[in-house]
Amino acid sequence: MTARVGVVTFPGSLDDKDAARAVALAGAEPVSLWHGDADLRGVDAVVLPGGFSYGDYLRCGAIASFAPLMSELVPAARSGALPVLGICNGFQILCESHLLPGALTRNSSLRFVNREQRLRVETTATAWTRDYTEGQEILVVLKSGEGSYVADEATLDALEAQNRVVVRYLDSDPNGSRRGIAGITNEHGNVVGLMPHPEHAVEALTGPSTEGLGFFTSILARLGDKTPAGV
Amino acid sequence: MSEVPRLDTVAVAQNSPDTPQPYAELGMAKDEYERVREILGRRPTSAELAIYSVMWSEHCSYKSSKVHLRQFGEKAPHSDALLVGMGENAGVVDVGDGRAVTFKIESHNHPSYVEPHQGAATGVGGIVRDILTMGARPVAVMDALRFGPADADDTKRVLPGVVSGISFYGNCLGLPNIGGEIGFGTGYLGNPLVNALCVGVMKHEDIKLAQAPGPGNKVVLFGSTTGPDGIGGASVLASATFDDESHAKRPSVQVGDPFMEKLLIECSLELFAKDLVVGIQDLGAAGVSCATTELAAGGTGGMDIRLDRVPLRDPRLTPEEILMSESQERMMAIVEPAKMDEFLAICEKWQILATEIGEVTDVTPEEAERGGRLVMTWHGETVVDMPPRTASDEGPVYERPYARPESQDALQADDAADLPRPATDAELRGQLLRVLGAPGVGDPTWVTQQYDSYVRGDTVVSNPHDAGMIRIADDSHRGVALSTDGNGRYTRLDPYAGTQLAYAEAYRNVAATGARPLAVTNCLNFGSPEDPGVMWQFAESTRGLADACKALGTPVTGGNVSFYNQTGDVAINPTPVIGVLGVIDDVRTRLKTAFSEEGARVFLLGETRPEFGGSAWADTVHGHLGGLPPRVDLTAEAALGEVLAEAAESGLAAAAHDLSDGGLGVALAESALRGGTGVRVTVSADVFTALFSESGARAIVAVAPGGEEGLVALAARHGVPVEQIGTVGGDALVVSHGGGAVEVPLAELREAYESALPTLLGDL
Repeated sequence: MTARVGVVTFPGSLDDKDAARAVALAGAEPVSLWHGDADLRGVDAVVLPGGFSYGDYLRCGAIASFAPLMSELVPAARSGALPVLGICNGFQILCESHLLPGALTRNSSLRFVNREQRLRVETTATAWTRDYTEGQEILVVLKSGEGSYVADEATLDALEAQNRVVVRYLDSDPNGSRRGIAGITNEHGNVVGLMPHPEHAVEALTGPSTEGLGFFTSILARLGDKTPAGV
Repeated sequence: MSEVPRLDTVAVAQNSPDTPQPYAELGMAKDEYERVREILGRRPTSAELAIYSVMWSEHCSYKSSKVHLRQFGEKAPHSDALLVGMGENAGVVDVGDGRAVTFKIESHNHPSYVEPHQGAATGVGGIVRDILTMGARPVAVMDALRFGPADADDTKRVLPGVVSGISFYGNCLGLPNIGGEIGFGTGYLGNPLVNALCVGVMKHEDIKLAQAPGPGNKVVLFGSTTGPDGIGGASVLASATFDDESHAKRPSVQVGDPFMEKLLIECSLELFAKDLVVGIQDLGAAGVSCATTELAAGGTGGMDIRLDRVPLRDPRLTPEEILMSESQERMMAIVEPAKMDEFLAICEKWQILATEIGEVTDVTPEEAERGGRLVMTWHGETVVDMPPRTASDEGPVYERPYARPESQDALQADDAADLPRPATDAELRGQLLRVLGAPGVGDPTWVTQQYDSYVRGDTVVSNPHDAGMIRIADDSHRGVALSTDGNGRYTRLDPYAGTQLAYAEAYRNVAATGARPLAVTNCLNFGSPEDPGVMWQFAESTRGLADACKALGTPVTGGNVSFYNQTGDVAINPTPVIGVLGVIDDVRTRLKTAFSEEGARVFLLGETRPEFGGSAWADTVHGHLGGLPPRVDLTAEAALGEVLAEAAESGLAAAAHDLSDGGLGVALAESALRGGTGVRVTVSADVFTALFSESGARAIVAVAPGGEEGLVALAARHGVPVEQIGTVGGDALVVSHGGGAVEVPLAELREAYESALPTLLGDL
């Protein structure tokens, strides 16, 4: 049976269609989830897509973290059972939900940035990166106005020590993120959040590469061998 | 003078015929006001005056431009593709597979000068709602921008604000920004141009029209509440009626909420999909006035509205202010009573406020004859009772006087061919780099990097290539390409030819991606129509566009006119921005401008003549504007377009780039930089003319080795001059000519090209 991967639509979600396409291209079945339903519909994993949920009012991702769906998602994710990938606004929601440490703040340029972005995959010990090799360089898309990752020094040190930095920016610094961090994971490796958009690099025709597809095929591999939480 | 009562009802108006009314402050001429009195058989109430003043404004009624715009219909080429023509919110064209595309461009110039961020943002919002109103899902935007000189202080205020506004609104809507253009010139310093284009996709059967059929059907206002923003003249009415100073100062620039607009889009599309509306209109300029009069006029002609039911964000608003408010993110729908519950449930799902404010009524034959009957009440008292068609369709039409300015002869006589030319290869090299780094020619990344070009995952080509292209369906490879172009310098020198050149460039840009041009939209930015010289420019420009569209078989599907673009008495260079939409059967065959394949052969298509009038070279190197623009040859443009389309379809071409601003030198540099590879060419004629002439109907094409004969044969078949000029490779642009060579390393080209805007506006 094909893995069923939920893609959540909040009011203001924009890349939900793109995320669903990436899930399908990876060979899984995308399942549309509605923010207002406290029901995960039995999916095997969830993608929180990019966009401006609730207009980014208050703070990016802050209101979305209180959506009815999140009341189901957060405990399942925190326990290590449910793989969750948060992209861009989804990463912000994961931070606001305290599933991941730190916060995303305004780009150091104070301007929105949309560009092709090279990343280095720092760890493959997560539910979403096991199809990559450690140190692999991939080209995806970065597009965000509030993508500067910040956390206190102790948290940053702990993330590095526990091998929880998932992807790091290469080339020139796009947004002022601490230690070049583009994405991180939780202690179980099931929850991954990143600012860049792997779902926009899944088709040669429309993306800068197809190197983002690995995030979505990784989850199939994990679900296929029914590895328990903790990878 | 008697004091005006608090509520100016129809009954009050009937009994106080001599009450002075502020029609002049609302921008109405005396004879226009007299005509309103004649239509109504009494003086208008202040609410009626509000409606007529906004509906008969230049912006809404096209009263100065109408007589010229008629040519677009009269001269329209026959096209089976046109499903909805001019007059609706946007034209609709058939693109095959049962799918249709609607697109339109509109100006938001003046608000963007007053408050650049919100002005530009709401410009995007407005055009997106126009597209949505046709029943289409908006799928992409682009924008044509003009600013004052790049180094002027005010440009540093206006440009970043406009760009951040477009970025903020468009990005939050999830619409990829796939192209556009940016230009600079002194005339735009106090009057920037912000023209926003949106394209939407739908199935044929999904087309919606602004109409209100069926007596008994409900009139529903949905979306944002109505506030005092965007009220221009209404404050005049308010202060004249109430003498309340707190009402007098109000923001006349609307404030946008893209999150609300995103919800409104999704909500509306769901309402359409479930067939819950029989008529729909967005609220843009003239707000409720426009929506009610146009919907009523497009239906039975009858409508009853309870204005006091309009949800307000400021409870103090008067009927006149409600009628004139341009609060954003609002729509009006006509809904059958039996479908109201389902309609409201979907609005509830999207957290959209929806309010029934009236219903469609029947009219008597006599009322129909007069133009229908629109009645509005305010807490039970009638404040409007008028024939809606007289406001929406029967506004004043002016035949403004026009005359070719005497100064035009001197301007055209001041030939750019007489300007000093580079005497040595070193000078030639220096001037090439200057033109390449000119703000309107150089890299637009500072701007475009702030726009999301990837969202929706269907963007096949976008900035900085010649045109934007999107895939329009998941189940096919069909796509559409779009380009906007306009050259105020050319149009200043010759409005007729300049407009045709703008059209030709957009046509060529679309063709250079491999798509076939199909339809046209336009945004005509001019100075005051009351100036006979400006009106002459406008008359010539519209005649030029209509003739060109007829010649190449691409109908005008709609557009927008923006007059009064001037600072004091000085008008901008006339700037018609022309948008061309093309269709490509298989987006996988599309061409980009990058020369990336080492060893590919470079061909120049088209004929190069010594044409420098209005060129980027004359402007950048000499600050000169004079002479005549390049000659227009529409037959050659069509032939070139066909060669490019066939070269793409057959896979013969690896890349293509149209020649326009700056000429061959700039085009070669751009293709080399985008591909990251050098180019070596040899030009046979005069090297200066070869590099800087801006003759039309030209493009460069890269062909893989072995394809040379095929391309030459293809060009010959269509009668297009073709010359193999060089090869892709190395790490420099090298131009050899009879007397020597010019060589510029890619790194130096890149520095010149990429530093133009960051130097002026700050690092990327």
